[in-house]
Amino acid sequence: MNPWPFVIAAYALTIAATVVMLLASWRDMRAAERAADEVRKSR
Amino acid sequence: MHRFANPARFLAIARPATSLCLATGLLLTAVGLLSGLFLAPPDFLQGDSFRMMYVHVPAAWLGMAGYSGIAVASAALLVWRHPLADVAARAIAPAGALFTALCLVTGSLWGRPTWGTFWEWDARLTSMLVLLFLYVGYIVLANAGDDRERASKSAAILALVGVINLPIIRYSVEWWNTLHQGTSVSLTGSTIDPSMLWPLLVAALGFTLLFAAIVLMRMRAALARTRIEARLKRLAEAV
Repeated sequence: MNPWPFVIAAYALTIAATVVMLLASWRDMRAAERAADEVRKSR
Repeated sequence: MHRFANPARFLAIARPATSLCLATGLLLTAVGLLSGLFLAPPDFLQGDSFRMMYVHVPAAWLGMAGYSGIAVASAALLVWRHPLADVAARAIAPAGALFTALCLVTGSLWGRPTWGTFWEWDARLTSMLVLLFLYVGYIVLANAGDDRERASKSAAILALVGVINLPIIRYSVEWWNTLHQGTSVSLTGSTIDPSMLWPLLVAALGFTLLFAAIVLMRMRAALARTRIEARLKRLAEAV
């Protein structure tokens, strides 16, 4: 059995899932910190 | 440890650490994975299917390390009742669950060409699946109900009870007759040839730094939301 389709699928899935989680965490962090700054400035 | 459990002090370290972990993690992961794909020689027995090791093994290590982190943070929450420990445990959980799920899926993809099956109810595979269920249980409990403190305590107790699964995963290949191979890398040495081992260690370090970046970003987001809640509460009280 040719293992390459399985190898490529494993790499693609791992890279895609890691990148999606990194981007989601980054966006969440940026939005929360920006909102916290705005609330702090609005006296 | 208590000194760094102060949110302001933690943020002063976390802000530069996030970018550093992210940049170094991306670089090392890319180097490790590309070297594993193109530089490491094929295995004499498994051929090219062994290359799945470079994504499967770091995912397995991080799944287990993440759960250990939740357990330590949960113990700190229950003993010292420090809110930062709760923030840390909650931030680790989704990342740990993701890497545990990736370990199971990539292991399944490795199993098909090697064992001839995607899944077997073998001790190592089943104990890893139990770890995923523990993560899901922790996330559900931590977010259940309106009483956050109570939810955190319940989740922390589950996390500590679930620690029993970690040695079961580690020694499953020794205690039971399993399809899964025995331990190849330990703190005392490795049975893997150096030409195949170094990309694994580089990829594992890279993924660990990316895992740390995810946790730091999630903790920073949680602390920012806490600051907003506290500020809005003070404003409401002032009106």
